[in-house]
Amino acid sequence: MGWAIALHGGAGVPYSLPPERRQPREEALRHCLQIGIKALNSKMTPLDVVELVVRELENIPHFNAGRGSVLTNKGTIEMEASIMDGNTMKCGAVSGLTTVVNAVSLARLVMENTPHIYLAFDGAEEFARQQGVETVDSSHFITEENIERLNQAKEANRVQIDYTQPIYNDTKSETETPFANGDSQTGTVGCVAVDSNGNLASATSTGGLVNKMVGRIGDTSVIGAGTYANELCAVSATGVGEVIIRGTVARDVAALMEFKGLSLKEAANIVIHERTPKGTVGLVAVSAAGDIAMPYNTPGMFRASATEDGYSEVAIWSEPIIE
Amino acid sequence: MVGWAIAVHGGAGVDPNLPPRRQEEAKQLLTHCLNLGISALRSNASAVDVVELVVRQLESNPLFNSGRGSALTAKGTVEMEASIMDGAKRRCGAVSGLSTVKNPVSLARLVMEKSPHSYLAFSGAEEFARQQGVEVENNEYFITPDNVGMLKLAKEANTIMFDYRIPIAGYEKCAGLESSVKMNGLPISIYAPETVGCVVVDSEGRCAAATSTGGLMNKMSGRIGDSPLIGAGTYACEVCGVSCTGEGEAIIRGTLAREVAAVMEYKGLRLQEAVDFVIKHRLDEGFAGLIAVSNKGEVAYGFNCNGMFRGCATEDGFMEVEIWE
Repeated sequence: MGWAIALHGGAGVPYSLPPERRQPREEALRHCLQIGIKALNSKMTPLDVVELVVRELENIPHFNAGRGSVLTNKGTIEMEASIMDGNTMKCGAVSGLTTVVNAVSLARLVMENTPHIYLAFDGAEEFARQQGVETVDSSHFITEENIERLNQAKEANRVQIDYTQPIYNDTKSETETPFANGDSQTGTVGCVAVDSNGNLASATSTGGLVNKMVGRIGDTSVIGAGTYANELCAVSATGVGEVIIRGTVARDVAALMEFKGLSLKEAANIVIHERTPKGTVGLVAVSAAGDIAMPYNTPGMFRASATEDGYSEVAIWSEPIIE
Repeated sequence: MVGWAIAVHGGAGVDPNLPPRRQEEAKQLLTHCLNLGISALRSNASAVDVVELVVRQLESNPLFNSGRGSALTAKGTVEMEASIMDGAKRRCGAVSGLSTVKNPVSLARLVMEKSPHSYLAFSGAEEFARQQGVEVENNEYFITPDNVGMLKLAKEANTIMFDYRIPIAGYEKCAGLESSVKMNGLPISIYAPETVGCVVVDSEGRCAAATSTGGLMNKMSGRIGDSPLIGAGTYACEVCGVSCTGEGEAIIRGTLAREVAAVMEYKGLRLQEAVDFVIKHRLDEGFAGLIAVSNKGEVAYGFNCNGMFRGCATEDGFMEVEIWE
């Protein structure tokens, strides 16, 4: 078997997304996929690859991570990310970053240079300075689009993952699918990869939810929720953080494979279509055998994937663009 | 209708040389908390109410590492975290980085019930606490002289240290330094259990779990452990409720609490089998313990390290409070 890679730029993309918003994002997915493909072809480890690709996605302002992160209810930036190495099951996570250019890289440093797994807020920012990672003024991450999203959200007085669609229910209840309408142009970014030896890795990064409370942490930095990798598979999820946390989505895909002997696709489909409410979640996953799965229960999900035999695709809704 | 069941813990990984007086104190506190929970269950309180009630009690007592009596960060401050999960609909709430909130588990519950989110941390969480009007104290309130002493020792040893309860004098006398028993790379004498937790199944068969901690002694400011992470330190669903304690890294990467539920759901194991399986197979070189209840009224615990402060009880009158194997 050869290597395989899949990446996403967020679940919940409205069918109504106009071409001028769609094209740059498709291009960006294609660009990041190429970076991942080159890296895997040059024998870079999956852990290095997922970090590299997610860094690239973070730097692109069209997606909700790094530059282009959505804003808190105070108009500020709070970024989070996590990374996991399927072989060793070592992991790293960060939350509440305001100046770190590449959250995923800081997560990796937490994993490799501290006795801890997870650092957040001031402590994480301090660590970033000690490690000498690239930091910039927080304004660097803020885009016009996101200021607009925040304004709309405030007007609607809702927490939302999308700027275009109003949310009909703003209290959180157990049976709620708050984003049933559920479109979002942005959500999270993530990448999973496996090399020809079956080594797996996953990484996810985000700015979170538009108009979120300051201090809100979502699934992206919670190992087992937004990110997971072990010897069987690597998973990166996107969508409504609160749903992904309580559903331990990334871990569940692996658990179904392990305990019920399901294939990657079967496991991923069950988690997305049977175990989480419609309109809330998507994920990308690869298995040690080189399978790829990219299911979502939202209208669309920005995604791309490729395998060593030359196949590659970029997609938003159900019709992939075979490259 | 199912018989209720409850379990509490005060942390896994106990120094075999822990002075008898301290062991007694711990057992008394666990018994007291268990009895509080039992009273509540007898008056038909719901599982999620009971776990909150019991963990509040553990937080308020400086004996264990949570709330008052929390371990200190490298800066000598307290940063507390907690999570709670209601199995019935898998609602959850978590908090991290609290420095003034008297009962972190209650703030976690408020996050679950009164905010649109599941997890709030640091200044955002503190702000929410004020909005909600919960009881707050100065950071000094949570700091005990024992812990100040322990932090000093930890810094001298230049290592993350866990044990806050062994008094300094006792530490010098502890033979454990030469002991081969280790936890998180440290001799057991300077390691200490680092969390409290409670799991309950009520008479309606609803499960709940809650965990609370001050974290690792001498931890980096901003460090988050397994206790507030749903699926790692805490998990509850329709079939069970689980609270874990021990080496945070091992618990996180093993998604330990979720694992118990996953093997029950996906492999059809019963509670004790699931707990044994997870402890045996999911920890690799890591050390941890957990308590769990099932929707069938069962209670179970497991640990692969040296001792775990624990207590459990079921409606049919069974009750035990133990530290060792």
